[in-house]
Amino acid sequence: MTIRLGGIIVGLAITAVLVLWSLVPGLYNLAFGEAPEKAASYAFYEHPKAPEGGFAFDGPMGKWDVAQLQRGYQVYKEVCSACHGLKFVAFRNLRELGYTEAEVDAEAAAWTVPGIDPQTGETTTRPGTPTDQFPSPYPNAIAAAAANNNAIPPDLSLMTKAREDGSNYVYSLLSGYGEPDPEILAKHPDFETPVGLYFNKYFPTVNLAMAPPLVLDGQVTYADGTEATIPQMAEDVAAFLTWTAEPSLVQRKQTGWFVIAFLIFATSLAFLSYKQVWAGMKPKKK
Amino acid sequence: MSFAWAKQYEPKTPLTKWLDEKLPLPRLVYNAVGAGYPVPRNLNYMWNFGVLAGFCLVLQIVTGVVLAMHYAANEEVAFGTVEHIMRNVNYGWMLRYAHANGASFFFIVVYLHIFRGLYYSSYKAPREMIWLLGVVIFLLMMATAFMGYVLPWGQMSFWGAQVITGLFSAIPFVGEGLQVWLLGGFSPGNAALNRFFSLHFLLPFVIAGVVILHIWALHIPGSSNPTGVEVKNESDTVPFHPYYTAKDGFGLGVFLILFTFMVFFLPNALGHPDNYIEANPLSTPAHIVPEWYFLPFYAILRAFTQDLTIPFLGITLIDAKLLGVIAMFGSILVWFFLPWLDKSPVRSGHYRPLFQKFFWFGLIPTMVVLMICGGAPAEEPYVVMSQIATAYYFLHFLVILPIISQIEVPKPLPFSITEAVLGSDDSAAAARTGSVGAGSKGDLPDASLQPAE
Repeated sequence: MTIRLGGIIVGLAITAVLVLWSLVPGLYNLAFGEAPEKAASYAFYEHPKAPEGGFAFDGPMGKWDVAQLQRGYQVYKEVCSACHGLKFVAFRNLRELGYTEAEVDAEAAAWTVPGIDPQTGETTTRPGTPTDQFPSPYPNAIAAAAANNNAIPPDLSLMTKAREDGSNYVYSLLSGYGEPDPEILAKHPDFETPVGLYFNKYFPTVNLAMAPPLVLDGQVTYADGTEATIPQMAEDVAAFLTWTAEPSLVQRKQTGWFVIAFLIFATSLAFLSYKQVWAGMKPKKK
Repeated sequence: MSFAWAKQYEPKTPLTKWLDEKLPLPRLVYNAVGAGYPVPRNLNYMWNFGVLAGFCLVLQIVTGVVLAMHYAANEEVAFGTVEHIMRNVNYGWMLRYAHANGASFFFIVVYLHIFRGLYYSSYKAPREMIWLLGVVIFLLMMATAFMGYVLPWGQMSFWGAQVITGLFSAIPFVGEGLQVWLLGGFSPGNAALNRFFSLHFLLPFVIAGVVILHIWALHIPGSSNPTGVEVKNESDTVPFHPYYTAKDGFGLGVFLILFTFMVFFLPNALGHPDNYIEANPLSTPAHIVPEWYFLPFYAILRAFTQDLTIPFLGITLIDAKLLGVIAMFGSILVWFFLPWLDKSPVRSGHYRPLFQKFFWFGLIPTMVVLMICGGAPAEEPYVVMSQIATAYYFLHFLVILPIISQIEVPKPLPFSITEAVLGSDDSAAAARTGSVGAGSKGDLPDASLQPAE
């Protein structure tokens, strides 16, 4: 009885404190206070869109489009790698993109990676080998910030997993630079993109520090003859970065089918044995 | 252990006879989860979740121990070693996704287990100790899960550690010092990461120890059941093996199908993208949110938006942050008092019309609202919604339950479990005096075999 009485008193006290001190002033503010102003950027922001037809790796049956990954790698190499690293990926991983061992050796050797001079012990550079990771374009974070107006270009290894709806986000962002919608601009005449930033409706604050990296069709000459439009390059590099973020994606989905098929079979057997064991225990029908 | 008619273990081969004399481990297992444990014959599928929770604990320990072989708790390399597991360790991605989603499924299973206990009043005498140990397990799980989420050293790891240890700084006088002591520094760093790893490895084994006590305490009175009527004689029970091992085997299969679906097809759906960004003390994420299973409690924490002051005098008695911390810890501590707050002699919510309404239309929607508000930014209407839900949460356990247990008129109970299942019970007919609605019981049996609602 004491516990119940105490409980009722404590319960009413907590509720009173919550209602009188927090809820009532909150409701009063909600009714009579000024509505909090949302930043103008909310009006311009749009959620990422999927490329036309979606990605080959989408869905439970998704597979890599190896030719697309190779094109995306080319875009990364010729455009993105000027500012962005790929530190969790090694050259040997390119084998998964359909390159032969000799091609990977040659590809790695074309990159310059930091090294140590075996004679003097001084830091130096050397051609990459398949076991090396992709090198960072800057020696350290301070150098990266200094070269980019204090906005450090992030490493791209995990970019598509580090953003909501990441693959579509990368595609939309890279192909989504442009001018603000004039209709929305009319409603927010004060909106302005600060100097040194670039308007992009797919970026959460709609103004971002990265200059448009893909600016003209044919910026990259694809080896397989695909026409290098801006959306095509954006889609290809988004696919490539999905692979860098999760090289095991396709293997994961394929394994999943086997595992679930086996489990459905095993669970069916378990269900039948359950029914068998309980057969004698069913209530008698009258 | 529990009932006189429980089957006795009889070693048959010379080896098992020898073993039974020296160390009767097979006997212990036989009595705990074998044919030697009589269990009510009418358990529905809600009674599967205890075994499933035990499975989750084993799954987390096995995957976790292997992950620990490849992980390094150092702020310089922790994030990289997790990526090493994902990319270079054979099937490392599968282990890590199983461990991360395993935590989520552990909580799903345990929440269902807890709310089954709340609906069927499994906490009532003579099972108070099982309930109390269960709440201890839940608290240990929360601590373990929180520290595990810090280990990948992503942005949410870092800022989550900052926010959660910051709760202790709300304690008057000693709070600031306490937070520094807990973290081993002024912000989460190497010291915090190392001790969290150490404790994250230790606590699951502490949980396993309390689980043994939980099961031990369960075997004294035996399992509860959906009618809430205690076991009267042998016809009310079946041996745990093979009856419930078979049923739990089926339940485990269904659980594994759902679990592996998440692991293989939506492994990051329950996580947060920000945790794939390496921890950066200089950049605060836009929304710091805990893992989904903490959201209801996070909503209670944030529901207190104003200091408790004496009006017109401007004297602050308790500041808003401390109020929130007290309420958040209180929201779980209140469960410790449940066996004594709810004094209705009827256990099962099935026979308690008033309780049933407050459970389905009060408590369950409240938990849903709290979970939504916990994940939402701190703006209207979520703040007001979370305040109303928080108020109801405390009223439900502290005020409504004690009052309805006094005023409620429960529905008539079946005489025995056997009667509830079969519609008749020979011993019941003999024991029954007068005509206590015996005819109407004929309609009950099928319903009582079904899962509740």
